[in-house]
Amino acid sequence: MIVDREGEKEMTMQTEVKELHAPGHRACPGCGCAIAVKSILRETGPNTIVVSPTGCLETFTSPIRGSSWEVPWIHSLFENAPAIATGVLAGLNAKGNPDGTKVVVIGGDGGTYDIGMGSLSGMFERKDDILYICYDNEAYMNTGIQGSSATPLGVGTTTTPVTGNSFGKTVEKKDLVAIALAHGVPYVATASIANLADLKKKVRKGMDNPGPAFILMLTPCNVGWGYEPEETVELARKAVETGLFPIVEFEDGDLVSALKIRPVPVEEYLKPQKRYQHLFKNEKFTDVLEAIRKKAEDNIKKFDLV
Amino acid sequence: MKGKTAILEGSRAVAEAVRACRPDVISVYPITPQTHILEDLARFVSSGRLKSQFVRADSEFSAASIVYGASAAGARAYTASASQGLLLMNEVIYAMASTRLPVVLTAVNRAISAPITIQPDHQDTMSLRDTGALQIHVESMQEAYDAHVQSFRIAEDPEVLLPLLICMDGWVLSHSYEPVTVFPDEAISEFAGTFHPVQKLDPANPLTYGSYADQDVLMEYRYALMLAQEKAKEKICSVTKEYKDIFGHFDGDLIDTHCTEDAEIILVAMGSMVSTIRAAVDELRAEGRKVGLIKVRTFRPFPGEEIIKACGKAPLIAVLDKSLSVNTGGILATEVKASFYGNPVQPVILPFMAGLGGKEVNRRVIKEIVDIASRSGDKQGPRKDTVWMGLDHGFFN
Ligand SMILES: Cc1ncc(C[n+]2csc(CCOP(=O)(O)OP(=O)(O)O)c2C)c(N)n1
Ligand code: SF4
Ligand SMILES: [Mg+2]
Repeated sequence: MIVDREGEKEMTMQTEVKELHAPGHRACPGCGCAIAVKSILRETGPNTIVVSPTGCLETFTSPIRGSSWEVPWIHSLFENAPAIATGVLAGLNAKGNPDGTKVVVIGGDGGTYDIGMGSLSGMFERKDDILYICYDNEAYMNTGIQGSSATPLGVGTTTTPVTGNSFGKTVEKKDLVAIALAHGVPYVATASIANLADLKKKVRKGMDNPGPAFILMLTPCNVGWGYEPEETVELARKAVETGLFPIVEFEDGDLVSALKIRPVPVEEYLKPQKRYQHLFKNEKFTDVLEAIRKKAEDNIKKFDLV
Repeated sequence: MKGKTAILEGSRAVAEAVRACRPDVISVYPITPQTHILEDLARFVSSGRLKSQFVRADSEFSAASIVYGASAAGARAYTASASQGLLLMNEVIYAMASTRLPVVLTAVNRAISAPITIQPDHQDTMSLRDTGALQIHVESMQEAYDAHVQSFRIAEDPEVLLPLLICMDGWVLSHSYEPVTVFPDEAISEFAGTFHPVQKLDPANPLTYGSYADQDVLMEYRYALMLAQEKAKEKICSVTKEYKDIFGHFDGDLIDTHCTEDAEIILVAMGSMVSTIRAAVDELRAEGRKVGLIKVRTFRPFPGEEIIKACGKAPLIAVLDKSLSVNTGGILATEVKASFYGNPVQPVILPFMAGLGGKEVNRRVIKEIVDIASRSGDKQGPRKDTVWMGLDHGFFN
């Protein structure tokens, strides 16, 4: 059982409780997404219907006759999880939803930032009472590490290759938090698997908030990022401490919390990862490194993280 | 039972039937010529005449996905679309059928781009042929009403559990006005019953929907669809019969026939064209020509045996198609021919492309088809290639 420092205390108190995301699934060892989902379900409890788009999570949890979901769970396609969730909610509401069952989407970056964006925008705009959680591993992992619009600048993937003068992805990742805020989503937050207590607190808020809620989690993927499986949580922590992944929370559009950090150099986060290696091996890519540093600084300023 | 007859727009007739069937969830996206149905239903809901959850969707892809989710949650669900919208739903409907979600969908038939057009033909629903969804093609506004009343019972039957498309030609059936007999809401609601899902997304009994599967089960899922469509045949026959017994209307079950018994030429067609053929057949009969008609009402399940039986010993069958599989020809004709393979009686089966992209098919065109067909039967041997009615050869110069 994977237990991180923050989660430990609570875990010992919950040993009797059945895991709603059962062990024995097929995720790679050290999968950041798997760590997150287990914690999320501990918070949502059993009176929840989970919707997922196609992706790693769907693949590793749902083999026929071997599902690891102990809550009702539905996957349909890659690009429609928000609409499926809307439909499930409408179905519950049509019958008055007497038990107050909640609908939660847990989907990857590809299914969220890219192919599911239209459907997600519709769900936000209709103000449907659904908690949408994106596990962002910054690429299409299930199909073998292709770049998505969540892939950051300078990252090498199979479709943003590193060869000769090309240094991986040439543009910044999409700002999904800003997109959610632009829709007037009443609860928007980011969370990290390096702080499960905070993640769970936010899941609770997202569930309790009437109307849509959006949580973005950075979930490192050792296969796609190129690091040792035991480093997953540490990397998630470094992403926060560098300022590259700020932990923020918005209520009705207002920033209500931002986790203070004592900034560490971005290299501490980038260097252990194979997907950034080329930036350190070739001087012609120093501009890219500089841009990543600037991104961290901008975040620190923007959210007043220090 | 006595109903109330009024001059109704076809879309309104559909909306009346859907309202009386009380779907729990409706999600639709505008596209011509489906939009009037959507607008009628929106008004019913906002005025309180219908207590459905009415969800505006951001696309047809989402509309289909919304009713998918609703159906999985155990709700009676309804949507409607046409043309490009149906194509956008294609991926969703495949998954919906295999997940055995009995959503009812009105498909207002319209041609597919390019060139973009709003004219009716059957290319849109043909692209959904292999999804596993059932398809019932109607010929009149009255039948559109009747078929919608019957639809939920068929789709939601525990032995069927398949999405059901009620297909009706755009404009001709959706936007024209005709006397339609509408029955009291209570009687329709009682007939339509309520949806009792055999399983649903339910925290008390957590199930996994949409599993990942390897080679061990996908073929079995598809085979299960074959079995379910066979069951649907029985169900469609019993529900249409019951409807006839209660309301006195019968528009055919899997097929409908007109003057086929002694016919020497039988025309096979679907949709609104059937009504035109009916009238043409009556006129030709009055002239002493032995012509008959088979209406293919359920394109899925495909009534191959029923067509063969209705054709009897007729030597000539002309199939009229409003859809094309490029390089092989009319899709209905291909399926009719396939049904006859191995049959002891082998009529000459002549394919006609009639009405593609909204090309006019009136009684004159039907009679022309009959003339071409009767000439084809004699000495010089039957022609097998598709006859394109009204094709403008000048266009290619
Ligand atoms: C319409 C469609 N296009 C493409 C795919 C192929 N596909 C399946 S999963 C996947 C990647 C998923 O990426 P993401 O959402 O980031 O989740 P991850 O696998 O990284 O967890 C892709 C491209 C698909 N299943 N459906
Ligand atoms: S590839 Fe990455 S995201 Fe997918 S299961 Fe493995 S570790 Fe998790
Ligand atoms: Mg991903």
